[in-house]
Amino acid sequence: MNILVCISKVPDTTAKIAFTDGDTKFDTNGVQFIVNPYDEWYALVRALEIKEAAGGKVTVINVGTADNDPTIRKALAIGADDAVRINMDPKDAMTTAKQITDYAKDKGFDMILCGKETIDYNGSQVAGMIAALLEQPYISYASKLDMNGNSATIERDIQGGKEVIEVQAPFVLSAAKGMAEARIPNMRGIMAARTKPLEVVEPSESADATEIVKFELPAAKGDCKYIDAENAGELLELLRNEAKVL
Amino acid sequence: MKTDNFQSPDYYNIDDLLSDEHKLIRNTVRDWVKKEVTPIIEDYAQKAEYPQELNKGIAELGGFGPYIPEEYGGAGLDQISYGLIMQELERGDSGIRSAASVQSSLVMFPIYQYGNEEQRKKYLPKLASGEFVGSFGLTEPDHGSNPSGMITNFKDQGDHYLLNGAKMWITNAPICDVAVVWAKNEEGRIHGLVVERGMEGFTTPETHGKWSLRASRTGELVFDNVKVPKENLLEGKSGLGAPLSCLDSARYGIAWGAIGAAMDCYDSALRYSKERIQFEQPIASFQLVQKKLAEMITEITKAQLLALRLGQLKNEGKATSQQISMAKRNNVKMALDIAREARQIHGGMGITGEYSIMRHMMNLESVITYEGTHDIHLLITGLDVTGINAFK
Ligand SMILES: Cc1cc2nc3c(=O)[nH]c(=O)nc-3n(C[C@H](O)[C@H](O)[C@H](O)COP(=O)(O)OP(=O)(O)OC[C@H]3O[C@@H](n4cnc5c(N)ncnc54)[C@H](O)[C@@H]3O)c2cc1C
Repeated sequence: MNILVCISKVPDTTAKIAFTDGDTKFDTNGVQFIVNPYDEWYALVRALEIKEAAGGKVTVINVGTADNDPTIRKALAIGADDAVRINMDPKDAMTTAKQITDYAKDKGFDMILCGKETIDYNGSQVAGMIAALLEQPYISYASKLDMNGNSATIERDIQGGKEVIEVQAPFVLSAAKGMAEARIPNMRGIMAARTKPLEVVEPSESADATEIVKFELPAAKGDCKYIDAENAGELLELLRNEAKVL
Repeated sequence: MKTDNFQSPDYYNIDDLLSDEHKLIRNTVRDWVKKEVTPIIEDYAQKAEYPQELNKGIAELGGFGPYIPEEYGGAGLDQISYGLIMQELERGDSGIRSAASVQSSLVMFPIYQYGNEEQRKKYLPKLASGEFVGSFGLTEPDHGSNPSGMITNFKDQGDHYLLNGAKMWITNAPICDVAVVWAKNEEGRIHGLVVERGMEGFTTPETHGKWSLRASRTGELVFDNVKVPKENLLEGKSGLGAPLSCLDSARYGIAWGAIGAAMDCYDSALRYSKERIQFEQPIASFQLVQKKLAEMITEITKAQLLALRLGQLKNEGKATSQQISMAKRNNVKMALDIAREARQIHGGMGITGEYSIMRHMMNLESVITYEGTHDIHLLITGLDVTGINAFK
């Protein structure tokens, strides 16, 4: 099995979120970056497990600038065999998907695994777009993936239950929680990652289809007011005059 | 299960001075500590047991012999990586860091540095993989700060050495497979010998009832006419300088490790002070609490810079013993002070095992004593700057 895993770099969940350039850009100052957890914990680790069981190769791909190399090295430290970075700063999902597709289309990957979303923009678009561009089946939000030869049995969590799907490789999948258990690299892995190939590929022609006009933070959480259970009158008064919802 | 919300303070963007690989190594050990150490360590400390099942994980992280070359099973990393590993392990518990320090700097280092090729091949890979636990015997019941007065001795019996004496306060003694033991020969010169468990006359009684470093086993090494094969002598160096060079390496790791304990206490105190409401406001809004927190982060930042610079000097082979003494002394005291202040910020909660603070605080009482006491390091600096020996 030759597996391509798409990984992206996202701010650590504890990062302070702020914007610059008139609220059009994320302020990266002092922010720690990590591999998107859905890509790392689920897509990558499951890909490695499949490779370990059936042989083959796991390649990770990222569309981004050289700043992303540390996150790519981490994926190599966890166990990916090699890495590709498409050297550009993508502004939207379509660009990212197109770049990955242009790279992958003639490489004969048996499957392309993505995380179900990135934890920064939560777009959930790239995997589906890759599948569409490659004209391959797409299974989203998969929580289990088992391979039997070339055919895959996949489970998806759906409202109130589970859906079981069978599909033949090649296909594209987005991975959700449950697909695998996060792996912590070991020192041998970290040292091996030093010398694993990280190929930098110049981007193909593509234009961003959308533009971010503005970011806004969610409204600050209001204070909680406690009203005595006896005092329904005060509650009504506050709902009417302060919250103005009545 | 306990959740570990630790976030490391980096007030001066010191991360920018680390390589990507340093950060990957540090974050890897941090993740491992959150997953493997935090959930169990309080329980082990309460039971006064060492979680020996963690040794495999520590080994895989390169925590046993980080800077020992790969051909002997070490990780072949630089000194800053070694420091960062110690920092993260001690963020979990000083006992875990102590196990890694002893194995790496006090057992593997002397065998690598002063042992011959056969000794290196025989012991280092097993120590690196955690298959063997090592201990280091320098301190004796009557010779702590003054190890040169040791009475443990060995006599040349032709085809072997006969070892007699006793070592005390030895980390890992009760569980060690091998011990690097410092003893005097007939001329009174200090040499290192590798003593193996199972040699007749060698026993390792445990020291019970510690209030500090409870998740670490401590004991004695007792030698009653132990026949040590001649090939177990570390020939590369003799004299007090040999064990002291091991201590230099361990003390360097402690200077980093203490930062880990301090960061954990500070992080917990900062979070607690923002959540704990008294007089209708978070206690973080009181000036007296802010003073504590502001001083903590200032001292942590200074300690981080001290350790990093010392790491650069060590990487260049230029760090002096005296510079290492200063960092060990400063950073451990810094951590102990922060643990005490953080404990106050946690109020009554601070004395419980719900928080790591009291455990760190008690652990640091050992850390400030072993590997040269706080005052002994001060005398080392004093001697260095004045040229006058105030030890005796
Ligand atoms: C938990 C634990 C683990 C340890 N692990 C190991 C180990 O693995 N291997 C090992 O060899 N040792 C180990 N030690 C021993 C440790 O290194 C010694 O405890 C330490 O060196 C101090 O020796 P001491 O306890 O005999 O104190 P002492 O030397 O008796 O010191 C008592 C006090 O006198 C002060 N003092 C001594 N001399 C002077 C002086 N000249 N001027 C001013 N003040 C002085 C000291 O600073 C101290 O405050 C361990 C200790 C502990 C507590």
